[in-house]
Amino acid sequence: MTAAAPLRVAVASVAALLALVPVGYVVAAAIAVGPAGVAELVWRPRVGELLINTTVLVLATSSACVLLGTATAWITERTDLPGAPVWGALFAAPLAVPAFVNSYAWVSVLPGADGFVGALVVTTMSYFPFVHLPVAAVLRGLDRDQEDVARALGLSARAAARRVVLPALRPAIVGGALLVGLHLLAEFGALALLRYPTFTTAIYDQFQSTFAGPAAAMLASVLVVLCLLLLTADVALAGRARQARVGGGAARRRARTPLGARRVPALLAVGLLVVAALGVPLGSVVRWMVTGSSTTVDAAALATATATSIGLGLLAAAVTTALTLPVAWLAVRRPGRFSRLLERTTHLGNALPGIVVALALVIVAIRVVPGLYQTTPLLVTAYAILFMPLALVNLRAALLRTPPELEEVAHGLGSRPGAVLARVTVPLLARGAGAAAALVFLAVSTELTATLLLAPTGTATLATEFWGPAVAVSYGAAAPYALTMILISVPAAFLLTRQVHAGTRP
Amino acid sequence: MPVPGRGVWFVRMVLAVVASTVLLAACGGAPAPEDRTLTLYNAQHEGLGRLWVDEFTRQTGIPVQIRDGGDFELGNQIVAEGAASPADVFLTENSPAMSLVSGANLLAPADGATRGLVPPQYASTRGDWVGIAARTTVVVHNPALVPEDQLPDSILDFARPEWQGRVAFPPGGADFQAIVSAVNALNGDAATQQWLAGLKANGRIYQSNTATMQAVNRGEVPAGIIYHYYWYQDRAEAGANSANTELKFYTNGDAGGFLSVSGGAVLASSSHPAEAQQLLAFLAGVPGQEVLARSENLEYTVGAGVPANPALKPFSELRPPPVDLSTLNGPKVVGMMQQAGLL
Repeated sequence: MTAAAPLRVAVASVAALLALVPVGYVVAAAIAVGPAGVAELVWRPRVGELLINTTVLVLATSSACVLLGTATAWITERTDLPGAPVWGALFAAPLAVPAFVNSYAWVSVLPGADGFVGALVVTTMSYFPFVHLPVAAVLRGLDRDQEDVARALGLSARAAARRVVLPALRPAIVGGALLVGLHLLAEFGALALLRYPTFTTAIYDQFQSTFAGPAAAMLASVLVVLCLLLLTADVALAGRARQARVGGGAARRRARTPLGARRVPALLAVGLLVVAALGVPLGSVVRWMVTGSSTTVDAAALATATATSIGLGLLAAAVTTALTLPVAWLAVRRPGRFSRLLERTTHLGNALPGIVVALALVIVAIRVVPGLYQTTPLLVTAYAILFMPLALVNLRAALLRTPPELEEVAHGLGSRPGAVLARVTVPLLARGAGAAAALVFLAVSTELTATLLLAPTGTATLATEFWGPAVAVSYGAAAPYALTMILISVPAAFLLTRQVHAGTRP
Repeated sequence: MPVPGRGVWFVRMVLAVVASTVLLAACGGAPAPEDRTLTLYNAQHEGLGRLWVDEFTRQTGIPVQIRDGGDFELGNQIVAEGAASPADVFLTENSPAMSLVSGANLLAPADGATRGLVPPQYASTRGDWVGIAARTTVVVHNPALVPEDQLPDSILDFARPEWQGRVAFPPGGADFQAIVSAVNALNGDAATQQWLAGLKANGRIYQSNTATMQAVNRGEVPAGIIYHYYWYQDRAEAGANSANTELKFYTNGDAGGFLSVSGGAVLASSSHPAEAQQLLAFLAGVPGQEVLARSENLEYTVGAGVPANPALKPFSELRPPPVDLSTLNGPKVVGMMQQAGLL
């Protein structure tokens, strides 16, 4: 064993401390406002209204996504639906359409599609792939001999599915639903366009009316509590039953369940879903490109915004991956209480909506590090806090697949720790680190909320250039930016699909 | 097996990126001394801000970089930044956010000549900001759903039960908040809080003036409270969001005819005060006001006697209620709207 590498511990600690800044801001704001002020700002009807709106939407959309995502996974993996693999790919594809672009597409075509029903439909169409992908992956990897054993022991097909298949799917379903819930809590753009107020949209309204005032911070504190509650619920719901077994064996190829007379209705249903989830956004964006009265494609502005988004994405991907690598390394190679604490803390970004992170950094920059205020590094820091969890998951998985003996041999042969990291660990991790960096890049290139608040003066990204006209109802002017964001997101959707499949392979 | 060199390259790349980030941070804040680029915090419409700045730079050679945002967002931002604010000049759409910054003593007095360009009722009594444009409150309505003679004589009446579900407004923006501040100045606290509670119960909330007008145009809601120029802009374009609507102007002294003044000011902390005063003089003077009058923005001109765009209802026919702009209190109104659950 090598000694603990101080540089890695230092960088990992920086990463964890960064993730603590937003929580610290919310707590500090609450202390500054005082108990009476907190009560006045939190205990008011508006907050109750937002709480109901937010909770109802999270429950309704995650339930809808669970039903829809499980159904699509089953029908594409287990039945003889014609063209099943193609449908499977189509059900992953909505991930390439950022939710606020999807919302714009629906609202601009069906202006009445707003409020709760609109929000439910649009967010479900955007987020059901988060359930579909993991459930489909588990269904594919599941050894069906277990079902046969259950049947042989006298269970009906339905009972076997309930007692054998469903428990195996449970972690995937809960994990997917959690992801949907966290995305909903953080979602700003899509819900603002749909006129469905939640905590996140209300915080933005407060920001517009009071900048980073106490009312915004208090709403943010409630939102952070909601996010943490959701994460806790996930741990409780995922269950502790053992799913692993010794020896994967060679699963026999099985005939798929014949749909029989239900084949035509099934095809119609999946067709309809694809039209709603993909046809509407793509059709609407193309329609506005072609017919929009305000569509004037300013090629130079579009090119600048694209270049800015890509540049910020690359920078953030490099910084985030570099910050996260030591955290993942410590968690995997030097497990212990300290490593676990660092890893968990770094994961906080998962539960922090962009708007909370942005508010925190604005205030910290003004009060503590004025030199960073309104600079690219500050914006990149926000991206790092938000997307470190994304990188962490990938790096951790990659490290787990890498035998530590290789590092130890290099060390034994006289290489210094830095050289071991550079010449052994990093090359072995290249694929995992690449996937991590790519996911961060793609998340950053369509990020809206933090960018709106933190971008340096004069910086325009695809998301911010899209947002201005979309709010002002100049749908045509927003279309070129919407289309570019979809094109940039296609590789992200592909990567996510591959990652889910790789992660659950038996 | 991977080539060892690749890893070294990766580490170097990460180091290079981190180093350049630090460098960027170091350079970002401090402009070179001979650089006289102005930083404009612009709460006016992006398009109008660009037109003004482009013409100013063309005439003077002084470059201007723009940070766009909402009235209170940028106003409160300047207050939070204090003397360290990077802004040289601040433009608002409505005066309350300007009063907020003025109240924090962060504005420099406007040059005497600039103050002379703008009628005193459209400028700060303290002399630290001047009007650069104006907009009037109107009720946009869909005559097929509610003819003009059935609209109330006061916008306060929209709080009455017969308007349940029939009035639209955009409370999240500074525009509507300025209208509320006028209601407050004209009718007092109790009436305003009651009005807001009524609107909360009756009203349909939209994201922006345009979205409000569009909803009235589609017949989703019969009437809405907005500013005049969104309607004129849309009519001048193709009328896609306004063809089914008309405007009602309140000339009876009601808050529904409130004339809101967009302000311009130089920050006391400006690092280029001379150039900043030059920009303010340009905006309030003939060149800036002509840019406004010729533009598709369609707000009213207020300075240097330049007439407004002829497509508009003549300025002299507006007869707005007498509101002392310095009494409009933005933070108080935001607090009242929070209490009413509109924010």
